[in-house]
Amino acid sequence: MGKKVEEVPQLKQFREWFDKRHEYAKEWKRENGGKIVGYYCTYCPEEILYAAGVLPVRILGSHEPESITRPYLHDMYCPFCHDTLAQGLQGRYDYLDGVTLAQSCLHMRQSYFSFVDRVPNIQWSYYMHFPHGVNNPHATPYLRWELEKFKSAVEEWTGVTITNKELDKAIEIYNKNRQLMKKVFELRRGEKPPITGLHAMEMVVSSQVVDKKDHNEILESFLEDLKDVEVDRETGTRLILIGSEDDDRSFLELVEYGINYPATFVYEECCTGARYFWDEVRPNEDRLMALAERYVKRIPCPAKDWAAGELIRRRFQHIEKVIKDYNVQGAIIAQMKFCDPHELDIPSLRVLFDKNNVKHLTLELDITQPIGQFRTRVEAFLEALGEEDLFF
Amino acid sequence: MEVKVRPLECWNDFKKYRERYYKNYLEAKDKGGIRWAGSAWAFDAIPHGLGEDVYPLTGEPYGATCAFFHEFSRQCLETIERKGAARDLCGYMRNYWGSIAQNKYLLADGSIVEPFPRPDFNFTIHICCSHAKWYHYAAELENGVPTYAVDISVGPGYLLDDKKINYVVKQLNDAIPWMEKITGREYDDELLIKAVYAEADAMSTWAKICKLNQARPAPLEEKSMFSLYVLNLINRSDPEVAKLYHKLYDEVESRVKRGIGALTHEQFRFFTDNPPPWAFLKVYRYLEKEYAAISLGAIYTFGLGGGWIGMDEKGEKWIWEPAPTPEEAGVEITNREEALRWTAEYNLRYRASWQHEYSHWIRKLETYQMIKDWNADAIIMHINRGCELWNMSTLEVRDYLVKKGIPVATYEGNMADPRDFDEARTFNVIDSFMQSLGIERISEK
Repeated sequence: MGKKVEEVPQLKQFREWFDKRHEYAKEWKRENGGKIVGYYCTYCPEEILYAAGVLPVRILGSHEPESITRPYLHDMYCPFCHDTLAQGLQGRYDYLDGVTLAQSCLHMRQSYFSFVDRVPNIQWSYYMHFPHGVNNPHATPYLRWELEKFKSAVEEWTGVTITNKELDKAIEIYNKNRQLMKKVFELRRGEKPPITGLHAMEMVVSSQVVDKKDHNEILESFLEDLKDVEVDRETGTRLILIGSEDDDRSFLELVEYGINYPATFVYEECCTGARYFWDEVRPNEDRLMALAERYVKRIPCPAKDWAAGELIRRRFQHIEKVIKDYNVQGAIIAQMKFCDPHELDIPSLRVLFDKNNVKHLTLELDITQPIGQFRTRVEAFLEALGEEDLFF
Repeated sequence: MEVKVRPLECWNDFKKYRERYYKNYLEAKDKGGIRWAGSAWAFDAIPHGLGEDVYPLTGEPYGATCAFFHEFSRQCLETIERKGAARDLCGYMRNYWGSIAQNKYLLADGSIVEPFPRPDFNFTIHICCSHAKWYHYAAELENGVPTYAVDISVGPGYLLDDKKINYVVKQLNDAIPWMEKITGREYDDELLIKAVYAEADAMSTWAKICKLNQARPAPLEEKSMFSLYVLNLINRSDPEVAKLYHKLYDEVESRVKRGIGALTHEQFRFFTDNPPPWAFLKVYRYLEKEYAAISLGAIYTFGLGGGWIGMDEKGEKWIWEPAPTPEEAGVEITNREEALRWTAEYNLRYRASWQHEYSHWIRKLETYQMIKDWNADAIIMHINRGCELWNMSTLEVRDYLVKKGIPVATYEGNMADPRDFDEARTFNVIDSFMQSLGIERISEK
C-alpha cells in the first residue's frame, strides 16, 4: 500500500514555507548574512540577484481585509497590488533590504512606487524597464541591455562582482527548480493526478519565497515519494485554472475539496502556477542574452502578450496545448478584480474555450473571497459538466 | 474687475477640421484611399508615407466623442459588456469596441452611420496595459484586421539612451514594409519626412499656446482647449494641423497683449487632473458661472499632445518649456532613418504624457511645477475610474501637493462611461471646496 498524498512530508514543508515565509526569510538572513530583495512581478530576473548572494523573494499579500493602502492606491486598482503594499505598510516585510520591479502592469508599478517610498526599511530599489512587447523580435536584445544595467546596479549596491561562474551557478539552480516542478506538473497529465491544484500552488509559491537550493532538495525527494502515492480521491472534472496571482488557499480548497461534485485542477495557467517556471534558460556564451531570451520567450503574462504584426497571443497557444495534453474538461477563469491585462483577454479567451469545447466559468477574485457565492456557482458549473457526461 | 472677452476667431477652423476628419475616414474608400486606426499616441507620421490619401481614426478621441453623446455611449458600453468586457476597463476603449460591435459609426456632430468603417490596418503603441490589446481585440471583432503595436515602454525621456531609442526605431522600421505589404503601396520617404517635421511643429506650437495661458487674465479656459488640443491627437502629422496651431498661437498671443480673457470675471485659477468626464463638461461651466473660477488646463490637456522639455537631465526638476522642433534644434532630416529616429526620440523625450508612467515622483514634480508656473490657486482632481493609466499616482500626487500647501479637491467619475458619474455629489464637492477656501459665489457678491 502506498501512502496518501496528504502524508507526504514534502507537501507539509511547502505549506510551512508558504505560511511562514517571513520567518524563513529572517532565518535565512541570520544564517547567511546576505541581503534580501523583494520583487514585484515574476519577470524579475532572479538569477542575477541570486548570483550576487542576494535572496530574491516575491512580495505577496495575505488575503486579509485592509484599508491602510487607500490613501495611496485608487480603489479601482487590483486587490493584489493593495494587499502587497499593505504587507509592507504593516511592517511584515521589515527584513527586506531592497525591492525591485521588472516593469509590469500599471497596478504593480503604482504599488511598487508606494512601497519604495513608504516602507522604511527599503534601502535599495530598482525599476527595470522590461519591454512590454515580448512578441516583437527586438525585445530580447533590448532586454539584454536592461539586464546589463540591472546587473551593474546590483553589483554597485552589494559590492559583489557577478562573474559568469556565479551566473552559471544561479542559472543551474533556477533551471533545476523549473525542471523539477515541471516533472511534478507532468504527473498531473495522467488519469489520476497525484496532487491537487492546492498542492501545486503551495509548491510553486513556496519556490518564490525560499532559497531555490532548499526548494530543489525537497522537490527531488518529493518526486521520489510521489511514485508511491496512492491516489485516494476521485479526480472528477479535470479543470484548468486561468488567472494572474491565485494563491488564495480558501478558493482552491473550495473547488477541490468543498463541493459535492468532484473536481481537480490539473494545471494552473497563472503566475503562481506554470507561468512562473515553465520555461528554462538555454545555455549561451552571453549569459545575459540567455536570461533575456528566457524572460522574453517564457509563457507571457497577458500584460505583454499582443500583436506586433501577427495577430497571435502566445499565451493562448500554450493554453490550447495544455487543454489537449492535460485532457482539460473545464476552465475556471479566476479573474483578479480590476486586473486589466487579464480582463482584456477574457472575451477572446471565452471564444478559445468554446472552440475547444471546454466549458468555462469566470469568477472575480478579491482580497478575500465570497466563498458561499462561489460554492453555488462552482457547484452549478460542475453539475452542468456532469450532466453532459450523463446525456451524451 | 471685469475682463474683456471675445470668441476665438479660429474656433470654427478647428471645429471644421474635426468634422472633416471623421468624415474623411468614413469616405476614404470612396476615394480609393487608405484607412488606419490606432491610439492617439501612435506614431502617426509613419502611415503618412503611404500616400496623401491616408486617413486615420484615433481611438481615444473617438471614445470621448461617443461619451459626449450619452445615449450612443450607453449602447456601445452595454453591447460590449454583453461580449464579456469588464466594466472597469478603459472607457474610451469600451466605447470604441462597442461601436464596432454595434457596427455603428459616430460622426463629430452626433449623427450615426452604418456600417462601422473597417480599417485596412491597426497601428498603435503600447504604454499602458490597454493600448495594444485594445487594437488586438478590435482586430478580432473586425474579423482579423492586420495589427501592429509598437512597444514604447523604455522609460522617461531623461533616462533615454541610444539602445532604448534604437529599440523603438527598429520597430518603426519594421512597420514600414509591413504596411507596404498590407496596402500594396510603395512607401514614400519624402512624405514621411514632411510628416515628421509637421508633427514636431504641431506639438511644440501647442506647448507654446499653453504657455500663453500663464497670463492674467488667462486667454483660454480648459473646456475650450479640449476642442483645440484634440487636433494633435487625431492627425498631428498633417501639415494643416500645424498651420492651424500657428494661427491659434497668433490669435492667443494677441489676446494676451490686449488683455482679452476667457472669462468676464477671473477670481480663482485652478488646474484639473486626469481626463475630464466628457459627458459632464458642465462641471467646468458651473465653476465659471458660479465662482468665476477658470481652469487653466491640466497635464492631460497640456501634455497629451504637447511637446515639452520635461524632466531636467538629473531628473530633479520638471521644466514646462516647449520642446525644440528640428529647425529650432538645428537638425535637418534627410532620409528615413533620420526621420524615424527624430520622431521616436521627440516623442519619447518630450511627450509630457509619456513621462510619469515610470515614477510617481515625476508626476509630483510635473504637477507641482505646473501649478507654480501658471500661478494657480488650487487643483481639482478627477479620480477617474475610466483610465487606470491617468489614474496612476493620482493619490500620491494629491498627498504630495497637500503637504506642499496646495489646496486639492477630488471627485470620482469616469471619463467615458456616463453611468459612472454622480453629478449632484460632484457639485457638492465643488461647493464645499470653494467654501473652505473662502471663494464666494459671484451671485453672492
